[in-house]
Amino acid sequence: MINYIIRRLMLVPLLLFGVTILIFGMLSFLQPVERLALYMRDFPKNDKVVPALIAKYDLDKPIFVQYWNWLVGKVDASGTREGGILFGNFGYSRSASQPVVDLIMRRFPATLELTIWAVAPVVLVGIWLGVQAAVHHNGVIDQAARIFSIVGTSFPTFVFGLLMLMIFYANLQWFPPGRLSDEFSKVVESAAFNRYTYLITFDAILNGRFDIFLDALRHLVMPILTLSYINWATFLRVTRGSMLETLRMEYVTTARAKGLPERDVIYKHAQPNAMLPVVTLAGFSVVGLLAGAVITETVFNYPGIGSAAVRAATSLDVVAMLGFALFDGFILIVAALVVDILYALVDPRVRLS
Amino acid sequence: MAQTVPSGDNTLLRDAIPVRKIGRVERFLGPENYRILQGLMKTPASITGFALVLFFVLMAVLAPVIIPPVGKDPYSIPRDGFKSDPQPMGTEWKRNVPEAPFWFAITGQEKWTHIFGTSEGQYDIFYGIIWGARTAFYAGLIVTISTLLIGIVYGSIAAYYGGWVDMVLMRVVDVLSILPGVLAALILAAILTPLIGKSTIPVMVALIAFGWMGYARFIRADILSVRERDYILAARVVGVQDSRILFQHILPNAIFPTLILASMAIGDVVLSFAGLSFLGVGVEIGYADWGQLLSFARNWITSLDKYWYIITWPGFFLLLFVMGWNLIGDALRDVLDPRMRGKT
Repeated sequence: MINYIIRRLMLVPLLLFGVTILIFGMLSFLQPVERLALYMRDFPKNDKVVPALIAKYDLDKPIFVQYWNWLVGKVDASGTREGGILFGNFGYSRSASQPVVDLIMRRFPATLELTIWAVAPVVLVGIWLGVQAAVHHNGVIDQAARIFSIVGTSFPTFVFGLLMLMIFYANLQWFPPGRLSDEFSKVVESAAFNRYTYLITFDAILNGRFDIFLDALRHLVMPILTLSYINWATFLRVTRGSMLETLRMEYVTTARAKGLPERDVIYKHAQPNAMLPVVTLAGFSVVGLLAGAVITETVFNYPGIGSAAVRAATSLDVVAMLGFALFDGFILIVAALVVDILYALVDPRVRLS
Repeated sequence: MAQTVPSGDNTLLRDAIPVRKIGRVERFLGPENYRILQGLMKTPASITGFALVLFFVLMAVLAPVIIPPVGKDPYSIPRDGFKSDPQPMGTEWKRNVPEAPFWFAITGQEKWTHIFGTSEGQYDIFYGIIWGARTAFYAGLIVTISTLLIGIVYGSIAAYYGGWVDMVLMRVVDVLSILPGVLAALILAAILTPLIGKSTIPVMVALIAFGWMGYARFIRADILSVRERDYILAARVVGVQDSRILFQHILPNAIFPTLILASMAIGDVVLSFAGLSFLGVGVEIGYADWGQLLSFARNWITSLDKYWYIITWPGFFLLLFVMGWNLIGDALRDVLDPRMRGKT
């Protein structure tokens, strides 16, 4: 086991290095002038100073010099460091005119909140549907689940989202888009409201404001429903397949033969073993949500990092966009490590191979 | 006991084993492929899938007949004026009217109306949907075929050389697969658009750049398992050239599952393409593309109850298109699943 973890850990620096190379590679599509945004907030108004600035930040030097500067930043004579992603400086967002890291920190809690609330409906209901389909193999429920799953994988996220907006917002006016209603946003921004976690639902409870809690929850309903519906299809398929395979195993027959009630056979004997492939899927789905549900957040105008990345992309703010990618890359590498190790803990076959 | 001498016409044997007539199609395709074809033609799901894809093929091919292009570029949706509010279905078409096609004779109509209404900026939705089918096929096929080719070449090289070459190549694949596909493609498309100009190309390049890794992994694994077979060893012993072993003996036997994977991916590719256009990267505003057509709705969210047709029609056709491919892919997977063999 320790061997496996060590081998897996050794991959991490390699992947981190790879991601920085990938992102730096994309940065080098830009003109040196545009890459100035890595080091300075305001674009120089005077064109004449531009060549001097490019020279100052080595943007005309060979590519590996630039890469090194991008990694560790550039220390000038007075000892202040400018840039340097390893020191938490991802450059400056031109469209939001603030440091990219600040932008990420402001947007990430929203995504985290959405993820926390979406996990249970996405994962648990998805698994439940898959188990039901497998247990009623070839029955009505299975056929219905099959149709549901085909439609689910084919439904474009944004079309589903727009339909939700049409029904629940434009027609029924039940659930609004965004993150919080205007009158509550003011309350949340005010000094009287303590922001412990920056997750509005939790902060609202901690502040004893249940009206704000309910309002925030109301805004979360449509994104959660959309994410659920899109993900259920995959969960259904994987769980169903794995469960069917397990139900064919001999130990299940044994359990039935010795007269266990069918409920125990399914939920106590078969399901735990059938969950192995689902664990990985669940891990990666949650991490995928954490990295920002790009389309869902944009459709519902939800201010997370996914929609921020889209806004940066459409306003051609490449430095900000790549900052988001870098942040996502780091999260995803660490998360993949955690998922792999957890999986090895659950399934002894993995660590032995 | 009399010994039976084997002869060309063994009636005993013929009676014992029922002889099945082998048709011309089966002889041509071989037993395995014939079984797959048979399996595909049996389930209602796959037949629906084929019907849907056929429907869209006809729609794409016959686009100029269904609604003739207006102006020089057939892929730019004609505008009936410049008012921003969408107009309802059945409104009279006043400016930039396409010619009346011959099938109008059947309906008894003489002039075009906006069959599915117009979207923001008076872009005709019906025109966008019909010509958008071409964009969908074009993008879907080009991206899928390119990613497939890149993946096959890359995966074959990794599997064939093995050792550190394989190690390095597969780590590159790992790195490229870290970022979520849509985000990575979004970024690359946004970087490429100012360099290449607004068209379908930046998004397609981005989808290709971040879309081939699955095939590379898949073909590599299959080659590694085929490589261990006895007939490869035999070929090696006889002294067949390396490249010939790879291309003549290993690849043909390892490639099939990857091809299936590709056929299932077309729907996904079209989804991603439409998704990126919807987000506003890539094609010009007014380009006949379903995602682009749907992106008009982003400005009318509060009044979608009134303007329901601006999302429902393009969304419906996009859903059907992707569903057609997914149904075929699903049937293929069932037929090819080794556990299902002999059950069709």
